[in-house]
Amino acid sequence: MPTMPSRRDYSLIGRDAKLAVETGLSAAEWYHTEIPRKQMKELMQRSDGPAIRDTLIWLAALFISGAGGAWFWGTWWCVPFFFVYGVLYGSSTDSRWHECGHGTAFRTQWMNDAVYQVACFMIMRNPVTWRWSHARHHTDTIIVGRDPEISVMRPPDLARAVLGFVGVLDAWHAMSDMLRNAAGNISAAEKTFIPEQEQPKAIRIARIWTAIYAATIALALYTGSFLPLMLVGLPRLYGAWHHVMVGLLQHGGLADNVTDHRLNSRTVYMNPISRFIYWNMNYHIEHHMFPMVPYHALPKLHELIKHDLPAPTPSILAGYREMIPAFLRQLRNEDYFLKRELPPTARPYRQEFHDDAVAAAAE
Amino acid sequence: MSDWVAACAAGDIDEEDVMRFDHGGRTFAIYRSPDDEYFATDGLCTHEKVHLADGLVMDDIIECPKHNGRFNYKTGDARGAPVCVNLRTYPVKVDAGKVLVQIG
Repeated sequence: MPTMPSRRDYSLIGRDAKLAVETGLSAAEWYHTEIPRKQMKELMQRSDGPAIRDTLIWLAALFISGAGGAWFWGTWWCVPFFFVYGVLYGSSTDSRWHECGHGTAFRTQWMNDAVYQVACFMIMRNPVTWRWSHARHHTDTIIVGRDPEISVMRPPDLARAVLGFVGVLDAWHAMSDMLRNAAGNISAAEKTFIPEQEQPKAIRIARIWTAIYAATIALALYTGSFLPLMLVGLPRLYGAWHHVMVGLLQHGGLADNVTDHRLNSRTVYMNPISRFIYWNMNYHIEHHMFPMVPYHALPKLHELIKHDLPAPTPSILAGYREMIPAFLRQLRNEDYFLKRELPPTARPYRQEFHDDAVAAAAE
Repeated sequence: MSDWVAACAAGDIDEEDVMRFDHGGRTFAIYRSPDDEYFATDGLCTHEKVHLADGLVMDDIIECPKHNGRFNYKTGDARGAPVCVNLRTYPVKVDAGKVLVQIG
């Protein structure tokens, strides 16, 4: 079946990027639920306690599972250890990178910075590049041509989405970008969101990482064993599935080019293990609406504002049950999206989002 | 020399908090530190023009509500990504229970 060319230009230096700036869709004022200042201050309060506890658990579990995998290396007993290690290395670092990048996990800034650097290395995201790309993601969430972190574009590339579960393409691009940055090259797209004075930092960190991976590969060759790579690097592939599984739910199948997070983000109720790995980012509308609120306060924020939000998706499975058909339908009609209904207690969406031709494609 | 402008009553701002003050088509942020001192800066983040008065005051830091950029509100110094440009600060005094800002 012939594929229709996408009408959306996701390039950060392309047609839609320019159009978003010209029309004011970029850097727009976004909807947020009204919360009294006193309550908001309480929700925003920082504390080292929860993140220290969670980080100690995370590091201990990483050490034990990694040590177990190494100890049983060469037998089938290493599989469950590497299963756990992989998720802790290749998935839980997605949320640690994210939350510490916001500076909200810990009250003490050096703790945020330390965990941020470690998590960035494990998830293979340059800490300079991704700090700036994520700032743009919050300014222009799912605005075509402006948001560098749209994980499923329209029409969806389903093969790419599936490959994401084993991290193949992500790791390939991460390694390519690392080597390019290490060679001193910042791309034109990266230059649109990384300030000039920050670019040398991105290059410096890429060179450090290149040296670490080179040393790991050298050790693997010297010992004639894959084990060093099973502990450093490869977990980003075999442990990626959880962060992709929950990450696709953040915005998948929902509206683009709107300025109301209730339309383009998804809050999903999840089991406690996934919430530990994900650091409560399943409360994704709440996080985007109020990025100042630490992960451990998001359940409380959710209770406070849920009257103004679409009904949360009840489970990961329920999320995929609505998202996969939406992706399949977008293959035929890329304008199709899942329109969120608001409860009667909510303030309505801005009417213009319902009047245009694109919104008419929603159901 | 610029005039001193009354921004608010001293009790209008809680300790370790911030309040928005608009004057003459400009917007400012007025701070009350944990030590009960008052300070004033431009009201918009130098990164993407978000009102800092919606942000969080921690000790001598104001954190922007949009991207968590941090400034020292006493000196205006930007404290790292994603903010790179310092905030402008303004002299403040308290007189007869009023917080006065010298707007240049």
